[in-house]
Amino acid sequence: MSPIISVRNLTKQFGSFTAVDHISFDVYEGEIFGFLGANGAGKTTAMRILCGLSYPTDGIGTVVGYDIRTEGELIKRHIGYMSQRFSLYEDLTIEENIQLYGGIYGMSKEDIAQRTHELLEKLQFLEHKDDMVGSLPLGWKQKLAFMVATVHRPKLIFLDEPTGGVDPITRRQFWDLIRATAQEGATIFVTTHYMDEAEYCDRITMMVDGQIRALDTPTTLRKHYAELLHQTYETMSMEQVFYHLAREAKRGD
Amino acid sequence: MTPFLSFVRKECTHIFRDVRTMMIVLLIPVLLMVLFGFAISTEISHIRVMTVVEQFTPDVRQQLTTLENNPYIDYQGVITEREVDAMLRSGKCAAVVMFARNGNRNIVVDASNSSISATASNYLLSILNSSPITYSEASYSPSGRPVGGTPSSKLISTYMRHNPQLKSAYNFVPGVMGLIFILICALMTCVSVVREKEMGTMEVLLVSPIRPIYIVLAKMMPYLVISLINLATILLLSHFVLDMPISSNLPTLLLLCVVYITLSLALGLFVSTMAQSQMVALLICAMVMMIPMIMFSGMLFPLENLPPVLKQITYIVPARWFIEAIRKVMVEGLSLVGIAKEFAILCGMTVVIFAASIKKFNDRLE
Amino acid sequence: MAKSILPILIRKELIQFRRNKFLPKLLVMMPIMSVLVMPLVTQMDVKNVSVALLDNDRSSLSMRIESHLANSDYFRLQTTAGSYDDAIQRLDQGEIDVIISVPEHFERNLRNGHPKPILLTANGVNATKGGQGMQYAVQTIVSAINEYSITYSEASYSPSGHPVGGTPSSNLITIQNRYNPTGNYRHFMLPALMVMLLLLVSCFLPLLNIITEKEHGTIEQINVTPVRRIEFILAKLIPYWVIGLVLLGFSMLLAWAVYGLTPAGNPALLFLASFLYSLCLSGFAVSIANVSSTMQQGIFVMFFFVMIFILMSGLFTPIESMPQWAQYITVAFPPRHVINVFRAVYLKGTLLPELRFEFIMLTLLAIGFNALATITYKKQN
Repeated sequence: MSPIISVRNLTKQFGSFTAVDHISFDVYEGEIFGFLGANGAGKTTAMRILCGLSYPTDGIGTVVGYDIRTEGELIKRHIGYMSQRFSLYEDLTIEENIQLYGGIYGMSKEDIAQRTHELLEKLQFLEHKDDMVGSLPLGWKQKLAFMVATVHRPKLIFLDEPTGGVDPITRRQFWDLIRATAQEGATIFVTTHYMDEAEYCDRITMMVDGQIRALDTPTTLRKHYAELLHQTYETMSMEQVFYHLAREAKRGD
Repeated sequence: MTPFLSFVRKECTHIFRDVRTMMIVLLIPVLLMVLFGFAISTEISHIRVMTVVEQFTPDVRQQLTTLENNPYIDYQGVITEREVDAMLRSGKCAAVVMFARNGNRNIVVDASNSSISATASNYLLSILNSSPITYSEASYSPSGRPVGGTPSSKLISTYMRHNPQLKSAYNFVPGVMGLIFILICALMTCVSVVREKEMGTMEVLLVSPIRPIYIVLAKMMPYLVISLINLATILLLSHFVLDMPISSNLPTLLLLCVVYITLSLALGLFVSTMAQSQMVALLICAMVMMIPMIMFSGMLFPLENLPPVLKQITYIVPARWFIEAIRKVMVEGLSLVGIAKEFAILCGMTVVIFAASIKKFNDRLE
Repeated sequence: MAKSILPILIRKELIQFRRNKFLPKLLVMMPIMSVLVMPLVTQMDVKNVSVALLDNDRSSLSMRIESHLANSDYFRLQTTAGSYDDAIQRLDQGEIDVIISVPEHFERNLRNGHPKPILLTANGVNATKGGQGMQYAVQTIVSAINEYSITYSEASYSPSGHPVGGTPSSNLITIQNRYNPTGNYRHFMLPALMVMLLLLVSCFLPLLNIITEKEHGTIEQINVTPVRRIEFILAKLIPYWVIGLVLLGFSMLLAWAVYGLTPAGNPALLFLASFLYSLCLSGFAVSIANVSSTMQQGIFVMFFFVMIFILMSGLFTPIESMPQWAQYITVAFPPRHVINVFRAVYLKGTLLPELRFEFIMLTLLAIGFNALATITYKKQN
């Protein structure tokens, strides 16, 4: 099975600053792939390259089978994206935001109507469909942004720090949502700096100073570092793994 | 460092890092001075004139030569009578002089061009008439071009008091100052404050131990500095490039400017309390403040011609008082005493608007 | 992607526009302001020049001068008592703008061929008023003298072109004013002010709109979708083009209702020119928005150029008066061409072929600015 994302030596430089430093990895269909790291490690930059928002300085890659350098517009037809700022139109209603993006992705009117109803129901937003997005609490905006990213049932969904600023319960609920979507067959590529969210992912990488320092399942990583640091598996948390890896980091927290 | 100063530093960093805006903000006064001083003018020149000649006599040829040699006329040549309409309509010339066989001359003027038609026809009249009016070569505008508008003759001797060379700079420099300060201080302060509101970072500031009013004052500081730099630029350009005397009453001048700048800052703050988004803030500033300022302050258009109703409006436009005062100080060399009325009004306005905006600002926070 | 996304995007723009509390009101106010208030304000002519005549001659010639001054539209003749010093004091205080001092025996000296000049003193503090006041005074005095004396000129004339009674002359000069016989300055300004209105709508509003989306991050969300650059830009601009044309129609109606001003030529030319003009300006606005990251940046860059456009486009001061280098530069300014078209069509009834140059330039500039807009909009960088 060919990977849905595949990059080799991906690099992004801004002048003399190397944000992403020759990273290579593959992501397979159906997995929840976590891109962990501190703030400033280069996660968002890497994701933006994969989404076709940014050109790589060096390296090659494909996303959903298309080249990231030359076929960016084709990639965009098949992916969904949720930005750090949940970029929605504050002066449009919930329903209008969904309809807008449904239309943008070329869905038919009936399809949009049906999908809107489906999504609103799933999130229990039905009575609020005519509320202005600007008036919603943060947790709702977050869920709405996710809905908008998935309205056209894309094969691959990019989530950039989707749980920033929301309370732990909402975070948990959100990950339930992500997992449900993954079970429907979508691949999820998510960046985060919350290490405990690693447990929800099938595989994760850790980025430190623009480089990938680890790439494996959460379980394997914990086992490995538990052995290395003479701790039990149960007491080894992802945070500790990360701390160990990032000790020498020059950028970030 | 006290909290206030650290806020000021943050504000300065914001602004000075935005190199592009900084450059433009500092260049705008230079641009305006160049435009007013060299590019645009109300003096009449390059009047495009064509002629229709029924019969070429030596007399006619002589007159054609006079037209050709005249420095203000852009003589385009001879055309036929049929072409006159088309030429005037398409704007290829501003006037056509038709020389009839019997020596009569008919000047056909494109009167749709109101700004030059009256002067053009009068001027052509006097040329063709070889009347005793000549235009004095001794008058030159700052850009070195002859001022086409100062007629004199053996019969009339003219003297321009306070401004012997009739420098138009005396007219527009005060206007430029009035405009620049309002633009920078009011507009930028307003947009800056509203931006924080819009981006949500204002809340963070409000939670800090510093009083809200100091936050706002901190926002104004960099614009105060920029305005003073612009003031210096304008004064230096006026003095060295446009030959305007400014040294006669520098302290009064500076005091007047500082008061006006403060007033503009207060206006910016006031408007910022009324807008929720930067777009709206900008539009309010432009529509409600700047355009009335430009129209009703006398900086560009003379106030004398306004109908009484609009004249009343001019009394509440701060720029009007500022420009009057500046003219008196810069051109007539008056001191503070001479501009007492205008100064008092400006101070009064500053206090009122400042108080009102502080109150409104605090109210909004609830 | 068989279906175009454009209608969907436009629909979103319209919803947002309707929801904006401020904008629609502003757009209605603007034509009203432009047509009703601005013409009253924007005039460079000075009237009510206050003139004091110190007549030390009291001859029939100086009486004639006095009557010319009193009858003139431009002057308000003040009481003529007092000395020169008194008058100067009043001048300095701003009560008087021009002092005309006729010396003793002026008429007699003139007849003898040894004239002593009349002294004209004007207040130069307000250079426009002083300068123009001086000009009018000279012209008035000279025409009075010409009227009086037939030995000083070959022809007797008055500026309106009527021969002065009693002087048969074979060298008559007449003046014929075409296309605006009443010389109504407002009729001259109104078409140009409509053009300025369009400037605001087509230039500033799209700029602010796009930068707002940039700052809120919604532009990034759109950049990740298959929306093509051209579709996004068109969706932003088409509503403003339409609004611009509607507002133009509204201003034209107002101008007719309030001033009785109707286009002498074909109104379709006006709409065509406005459309091209909107294309130019909005392309320009988008270009600036594309390279600005904050509202402040965009505003100031735009302001810089708009200042240049407004001041150098012939709206307030004639292009003919500019130095040659400046005149060449204005060829790249859309407002210059549109103002020419508007004034020509409104006041002179000019036809399309006669305005070839303007329309060609507008088309070229429209293509140029919009190419710039498309090139500078980068979905991926």
